Amino acid sequence: MDWSILKTGVESLQNRGAGLQKRLRSLRRRLVLLLAVIGPGLITSNVDNDAGGITVYTQAGAQYGYTLLWALIPMTIALYVTEEMCARMGVVTGKGLSDLIREEFGFRPTFFVMITGFFVDLANVVAEFAGVAAAMQIFHVSKYVAVPLAAILVWILVIQGTYRQVEVIFLFACVLYSSYVFSAVLAKPDWLIAAKYTVIPNIRFDLGYLITLTGLVGTTIAPWQFFYLQAGFVEKKVGPRQYPQARADVMFGSVSCMVIVFFIIVCCAATLWVSGQRDISDAGQAAQSLIPLAGKWAGGLFAFGLLNASLFAASILPLSTAHVVCEGLGFEAGLDHKFTEAPIFYWLYTVLIVVGAGVVLLPHAPLWKILIFSQVGNGIWLPVVVIFILLLVNRRDLMGEYVNTMTYNIVAWVTAIAMIVLTLILTYTAFLQQTPPPAA
Amino acid sequence: MELFATELMGVKAYDAQGNYVGRVREFFIEPAEAPNRISHFLLSRGRFQPLVAKHNQIASVSDKKIQLNVGEKALEIYQPNESWLAVQKDLLDQQIIDTRGRKVVRVNDLDLAEQRSNGNVELRLTQVDVGLPGAVRRLLQGVVPSKVVRKLQSRLPPSTIRWEFVNLIEPDPLRRVKLRITHEKLEDLHPADLADIMEDLSASERQSIIASLDEETAAAVLGELDARLTTQIVEDLDPEKAADILEEMPPDAAADVLADLPKETSEELLEEMPGREANEVRELLEFDPAAAGGMMNTEFAFVSESATRDEVVDRMRKQDHSFDQLDTVVLLDDKAQFAGVVPMVRMLLAAPDERLSALKMEPVVSLPPEADEKEVFELFDKYNLRMLTVVDKQNRPIGTIAVDDVVSRLVKR
Repeated sequence: MDWSILKTGVESLQNRGAGLQKRLRSLRRRLVLLLAVIGPGLITSNVDNDAGGITVYTQAGAQYGYTLLWALIPMTIALYVTEEMCARMGVVTGKGLSDLIREEFGFRPTFFVMITGFFVDLANVVAEFAGVAAAMQIFHVSKYVAVPLAAILVWILVIQGTYRQVEVIFLFACVLYSSYVFSAVLAKPDWLIAAKYTVIPNIRFDLGYLITLTGLVGTTIAPWQFFYLQAGFVEKKVGPRQYPQARADVMFGSVSCMVIVFFIIVCCAATLWVSGQRDISDAGQAAQSLIPLAGKWAGGLFAFGLLNASLFAASILPLSTAHVVCEGLGFEAGLDHKFTEAPIFYWLYTVLIVVGAGVVLLPHAPLWKILIFSQVGNGIWLPVVVIFILLLVNRRDLMGEYVNTMTYNIVAWVTAIAMIVLTLILTYTAFLQQTPPPAA
Repeated sequence: MELFATELMGVKAYDAQGNYVGRVREFFIEPAEAPNRISHFLLSRGRFQPLVAKHNQIASVSDKKIQLNVGEKALEIYQPNESWLAVQKDLLDQQIIDTRGRKVVRVNDLDLAEQRSNGNVELRLTQVDVGLPGAVRRLLQGVVPSKVVRKLQSRLPPSTIRWEFVNLIEPDPLRRVKLRITHEKLEDLHPADLADIMEDLSASERQSIIASLDEETAAAVLGELDARLTTQIVEDLDPEKAADILEEMPPDAAADVLADLPKETSEELLEEMPGREANEVRELLEFDPAAAGGMMNTEFAFVSESATRDEVVDRMRKQDHSFDQLDTVVLLDDKAQFAGVVPMVRMLLAAPDERLSALKMEPVVSLPPEADEKEVFELFDKYNLRMLTVVDKQNRPIGTIAVDDVVSRLVKR
């Protein structure tokens, strides 16, 4: 018997095995590369569907049925276009949006952007904790228990967790949004009509319809998210080479965000609108009304989605705001500093959570006014931030070959102007709405 | 008197005859002449061409007015100059490195001091304001009377950095030369501190700092940086420079960097490296990064176990080993197989003619390169090791794993 043949056979097998292993390794590496970048875009877009957002989607579905669904496609484009510019700036310059505004436009513009941002975000945080209270009411938990617990939970999560851990939890929270999908399926909508209204625009010129449409856009595209998104990519040290992955992340985030909005509107249209319960003042009330119409599960899932969204946004907003304000004004920021090293950062963070949760607990709290204030604030803040973004992203000395192309600029400016006009309308009408809608 | 850059912006200037010349729009430092002197003031008035007043044309300066000691005709017309550092454009609101505090900070304002010299007044840049007083001044100057601003800021905790400890960051290499910006001060920092600083900067700024450091410091800093940043930096470096830096790194660290690069780039860099170093790194690249072989360093000190303590110390003196490698010495028997290890402390305390075989650590432990990193951690923990030897199938030592590599792996997990 010739052993050498056997030996070469074994060797060639071994070589093939090694080759396979190498190929597997390269595949794994590519996957790791993508996973390493993914996160900021997905998280940011999903946080858009926060308590305030869900309230508006619910109202849209309850009042106008399927007829507003067509707006989702243009909204996806607007969301993607604006977010992509921030992602690109973060990846190319390695700097946060507030850093860039400070370096290129000076101290005073930065200061006013930051101060407005702080108060608008504070109002948003109040809205998130109000969302927690509303959702827990469905599960028969008093807000005096639920809101302080939520505030402590948020505080522990952020103070104790590292950036990576927190991100994993947030990504998991993104998955939990799917509860709205189940809730919508349980509501047994007419899918064919829903699909038709999504594709075919249905523009009506009555005031209420336009206001709701504006609200839809206004709550989905909020100024703070640009800061958070860009900082996310900077924090993850994503470089220009991984820009395609970053763009994919933003794209995936914008689309998934809108898919969730679709299901929320469909769910409310199939139940509340069909049965004629069209005056809905908040998402908690919607969940309550769903129970007799579509069953305990549909209502429960809807409320759970609201709870998840509110907690999610309540964890991100205070942290992101404190970060952005401190970075823009040049104070130490970040959880890796001790309190004495970054006192302003920790004070801002604490004030946002304590005041945010505290206002909800006040008996007879003017929650309705605060919600309007947050919408008005967003409306004033958004044009300023978007214009800053467009000016920055077109600077060749900052962006090099990554400046906007001509066509991209046209799309971006049209989006920006449309958004600005819509939010100005929203702001105007919000000023006019002095009386709250029928109480729950 | 002390002045602040913010107070000086927009101040009116008058010439020797008392005629209004223009307002201060910017002022410059010319680092090639004097590192902290305000050398030129840019004065502009309406649609007239902006003029430049040199430092020796200034008779007096205050936050109300600047008095020149020459007539308007003596002033030159402003021409942009790359070798001038513009205070407003290049310094205010930008990030700088505080080399004493070892961190990156943002400039809120600049403190200037008056210095009189034969008939004119010079302004010297003394310190950089990075705290609340500067922020308040930037916000309120021109809105509220100067006196009120000064009173308000005196109650705030100051936070300033002396100009000597400021290291500017300029990504453009040509401009850096013109402005005489060196990174010598950074080379004195501990590589780990410098790595922390670099993580706070943007990609192009990181690139510029690495490119201007000497290879040894650059290698040490890259070894401390986050792996993802290291990959980005090495990819963007000039291949020759990158190879020089990799050569300075221990082979295991160099292999870690190359393993994360695309195949073509890492091949290109290996080609640039000298043969022996490149081969060592190539061998290491074959191992799985999560196994003992991927953690080990192929440069280590080894001696025969029959040698005496003095013979060994004598040889060590003559050889070019790094201190890290000498921490523990690997012993070989007469068949060149692994026989054990001797820590330097034992050798230090031993008698001059003691044989190394008598000094070796018990028990004798080693691992094959395929061993999982978990086994490595367990051995280190069990025997309180400082160093572990990796051996091949013939029980010949091929590399060592040091405790600091184990610690950084454990932290990353």
